[in-house]
Amino acid sequence: MKEMMIILFSAILVDNFVLSKFMGICPFLGVSKKLDSAVGMSAAVIFVMLMATAVTWPIYDMLLAPNNLAYLQTVVFILVIASLVQLVEVILKKYVPALHKSLGVYLPLITTNCAVLGVTVLNITEQYNFTESMVNALGAGIGFMLAMVLFAGVRQRLENIDAPECFQGLPITLIAASIVSASFIGFGGVVDGLFR
Amino acid sequence: MKKNKLQILTNGIIKENPVLVLMLGTCPTLATTTSAINGLGMGVAATAVLVFSNMIISMLKSVIPDKVRIPCYIVVIAGLVTVVQMFVQAYAPDLYTALGVFLPLIVVNCIILGRAEMFASKNSVVDSALDGIGMGLGFTLALFMMGAIRELLGAGTIFGAPVLGTPISIFGVAPGGFFVFGCLVALVNKITKGKAIKKKEFSCAGCPAASICGQAQKGEC
Repeated sequence: MKEMMIILFSAILVDNFVLSKFMGICPFLGVSKKLDSAVGMSAAVIFVMLMATAVTWPIYDMLLAPNNLAYLQTVVFILVIASLVQLVEVILKKYVPALHKSLGVYLPLITTNCAVLGVTVLNITEQYNFTESMVNALGAGIGFMLAMVLFAGVRQRLENIDAPECFQGLPITLIAASIVSASFIGFGGVVDGLFR
Repeated sequence: MKKNKLQILTNGIIKENPVLVLMLGTCPTLATTTSAINGLGMGVAATAVLVFSNMIISMLKSVIPDKVRIPCYIVVIAGLVTVVQMFVQAYAPDLYTALGVFLPLIVVNCIILGRAEMFASKNSVVDSALDGIGMGLGFTLALFMMGAIRELLGAGTIFGAPVLGTPISIFGVAPGGFFVFGCLVALVNKITKGKAIKKKEFSCAGCPAASICGQAQKGEC
């Protein structure tokens, strides 16, 4: 249990996927303008990350690794994730239209989100077992949501800022992201202090 | 509007630099530029994938059905990424460790899918190859600049040779990446007098998934 908590909190705070591993920067900068779309996007990311891990980990462990096909990892994972996202979208549209309305619009974007492929690949390189992988995926997703929601708040303040002309728009947003990211460095020893 | 070969080649390096002007591939730009050599390595690896994927997709453009084109592109790109990954692992093991997970993540690099969708699926093989080389050089150049600046300020070295006495180590970690990138984009804005980025803001317009993403069409993201 202790190990699980360490993995979970490391993924959320210390090794935050967006702010310290630089994965999923495009949605982080693109969809964080409004709080509700930031929440919707991150909920969809958490959902897809968990699904993708639940599918890719057994595929790697049972199909690829025993048959010496580990080099096919990249090809297989991206295809599985792409078709999974499509499948989920179709199923949601048909059976849970309410959920599709709130999450569905973000699903096609997630196929090419490097955070999702990244978490599945990292689970393999870190040699996590199935439970640890799922916990890591959950932590990565929650960390993504935390960063998105925090940054959506920062962005609203940025709207009214009087920046030099060449810094307006993206550059000042990146500078703000840099400061948010610097604050996450402060979490460096938190996990060690809490659980070890 | 027919462009000549030289224009196609130089287009990606300056006028439509994929990183600094089109804002594509931001993840590897921020993550792999902790040193000049890593940035260069990432740039070269992505360029190799980009040139060959552009050529192959351009060759196959009449064979691939329109409805399943994105999955087809992804398969081609993923195959090439695997080949490049193996090459790097065999001939540059240090770089392989340094780039880590970002080497397989070239698959989801927006630049490559974006050029397949926007250029290679409409142009001849030679033009697509030139476009790939140009875009790849632009990407490599931007990554190299980022890497050199961050290595100089963060570790006080250039290509491992010590230059500065007291490095500012925050430039070597995550916040420095965002900061240097922000300043570089501002610099490009200043030089081009805001022409480059203002017109597009930086929403999903440049994103290859924009055509299938309803959100982008509504202009909401």
